Amino acid sequence: MSQPALTLFDKIWRQHSVATSGDFDLLWVDRHFVHEGSFHAFDKLDSSGREIAHPELTFGIADHYVPSNLAGLEDDPEVAGMIRLLDENTSRHHLTYLGLGHEDRGIVHVAAPELGLTLPGLIIVCGDSHTTTHGAFGALAMGIGATEVAHVLATQTLWQRRPQTMRIHIQGHLREGVTAKDLALHIIHEIGTGGATNHAVEYTGPAVSTMSMDARMTLCNMTIEAGARVGMVAPDDTTFDWLRQAPHAPKGEAWKQAERYWQSLYSDPGAEYGRTVVIDACEVEPRITWGTNPEQSLPINTGVVPELDDNHPTLSYMALVPGQPLRDLPIDQVFIGSCTNSRISDLHAAATVLAGGKVKVPTLIVAGSNHVKAQAEAEGLADVFRAAGADWGESGCSMCVAMNGDSVAPGERCASTSNRNFPGRQGPGARTHLMSPAMAAAAALHGRLVDVRQVSGEPA
Amino acid sequence: MKPVSQITSPALLLLNENIDTDQIIPARFLRKPRNSGYHHYLLYDARYDMDGNERVDSPIPASMPPCSIVLAGHNIGCGSSREGAVYAFVDYGIQVIISTKIADIFRNNAMRNGLLPIQLEQEAFYTLVVHCQSNTQAQLSVDLERCEIRWEENNCLTFDIDEGSRERLLHGIDDIQATLAWEQDIVAFQHRYLAECPWILPNAAVSYGK
Ligand code: SF4
Repeated sequence: MSQPALTLFDKIWRQHSVATSGDFDLLWVDRHFVHEGSFHAFDKLDSSGREIAHPELTFGIADHYVPSNLAGLEDDPEVAGMIRLLDENTSRHHLTYLGLGHEDRGIVHVAAPELGLTLPGLIIVCGDSHTTTHGAFGALAMGIGATEVAHVLATQTLWQRRPQTMRIHIQGHLREGVTAKDLALHIIHEIGTGGATNHAVEYTGPAVSTMSMDARMTLCNMTIEAGARVGMVAPDDTTFDWLRQAPHAPKGEAWKQAERYWQSLYSDPGAEYGRTVVIDACEVEPRITWGTNPEQSLPINTGVVPELDDNHPTLSYMALVPGQPLRDLPIDQVFIGSCTNSRISDLHAAATVLAGGKVKVPTLIVAGSNHVKAQAEAEGLADVFRAAGADWGESGCSMCVAMNGDSVAPGERCASTSNRNFPGRQGPGARTHLMSPAMAAAAALHGRLVDVRQVSGEPA
Repeated sequence: MKPVSQITSPALLLLNENIDTDQIIPARFLRKPRNSGYHHYLLYDARYDMDGNERVDSPIPASMPPCSIVLAGHNIGCGSSREGAVYAFVDYGIQVIISTKIADIFRNNAMRNGLLPIQLEQEAFYTLVVHCQSNTQAQLSVDLERCEIRWEENNCLTFDIDEGSRERLLHGIDDIQATLAWEQDIVAFQHRYLAECPWILPNAAVSYGK
């Protein structure tokens, strides 16, 4: 009898299934990342009296509590204390740890792929919802909670209900000046913030297979904003070329064996998905969010605030009125960074726009990892940013989330390349507009929201 | 973890859609130790102004009686995976959360902390909302043994929950403890798997001095 046609997701799930109990499968976990917020899990582990089953498979990285200005770290003893707590927990349990000052440190979803800790076919978990990012390499990568983190530490396995599969097929190609971020915002707008709940998404189609790894990571990163458990892309030559030099990727014979296996990681022809959504890449425009969840986005050119009640909580929170165009909306500050858009190609895009100009509002640019930071400095991008009047900070989560000292003041309007615009995400009362790095850079130069395609090249 | 079986209580209504975990517990409180309780931080920015005074439009006014059940708007718990969001509800005394959609990671976290997540069709959900809004004494009874929600004399609707989740909640099962029963399977799996795919291990030759 012939083998049943399987999806990429099914192949990896099956390979990792240790046991089954009711609707739950016990899955083997290949890589596990912990950060400062994992302290609850260490507490649970310690109180269970168990040791870490496989310390060689868990990696600690300081990212969430790292402010862009390290000199100010000790100003808030609680923030600095969170990093020290991670130092202690990782050293007590003999984990590999990328702490402050480590050249390989960065946001876990930027640093781990760079190091080759993220590989095709692996199950990767982390107590962080944007773990979906690692699916860009054809890994099955999920965000989990603290109790689950403790379970992984104690057993190297995880009980999960198998999600449904969902294929998001992107036909055609993105037009000039349209990025993976715009595509992600477009998809979330189409299917909704809960549109992929309890689904594992696989992205397919020509627009995806011609995408760089950085762009695939942006796309998979934002998949959680549609509620999905997993977002993934089948590995291909782009993936293998990217990984070949990474320090933790297999080498020599091991690489050959791995690559042979990775070549089998695709959805078989005829494999059935629970659901398929088709998106036309040519219809995607540069987009900006206007509201307080990531599905509330519109094309910059034509977008006007929808006709909601005047005192609708979203409109009052965002200080917008129905019918107001998004274009030319004045902003107070700009943040370029986060695990969505802080890789070297994102910084190239920002630098191209900022070169020779001056920012009109405070602008903070933060690399996703120390390697990206070093590369941006070596290539002169950091000089471009500083010459334009932007601040260039220490790599980490920074202003994506209001927990490390970087935040947006109440009522301020921020053009941000991060991933969440929920009320309070960047600080109590902060008004966040999500967009791509090039659009955020253009907003910085003009002090208002603009279409980067119409203004690039003009002096500000 | 406290087992959940039968709960009778008035319901707290949080009917906005997409109440994400950053709203349930703002990130700046996640560094707090659990032992003093996370209930203070539940929906903090919606309950209190910048000076810590209660807002006039607080979703949980101080006059609210204690309750163990929440009726929440579509897609409750979306966003960040922080388990602190579940701790905030649990420490406040909530044992059941009912919505038309509950985000996946939040749902997993809830189940592992004795918070029963119930997903209903819209019509059923609004029947409960209307009942709870009808008078200040209104109560709901949730029965996990029978998968029923009852109210007033003889109104009743049933809900679906997979057996694994139901067992975990009914018996307050601690996963780490329960997984011990599979220890043999895990060891056998690991030997076979790592022998087949030795390349899966991270490259131990890479050194990590600071
Ligand atoms: S950059 Fe933002 S979204 Fe990404 S891991 Fe850090 S806090 Fe989370």
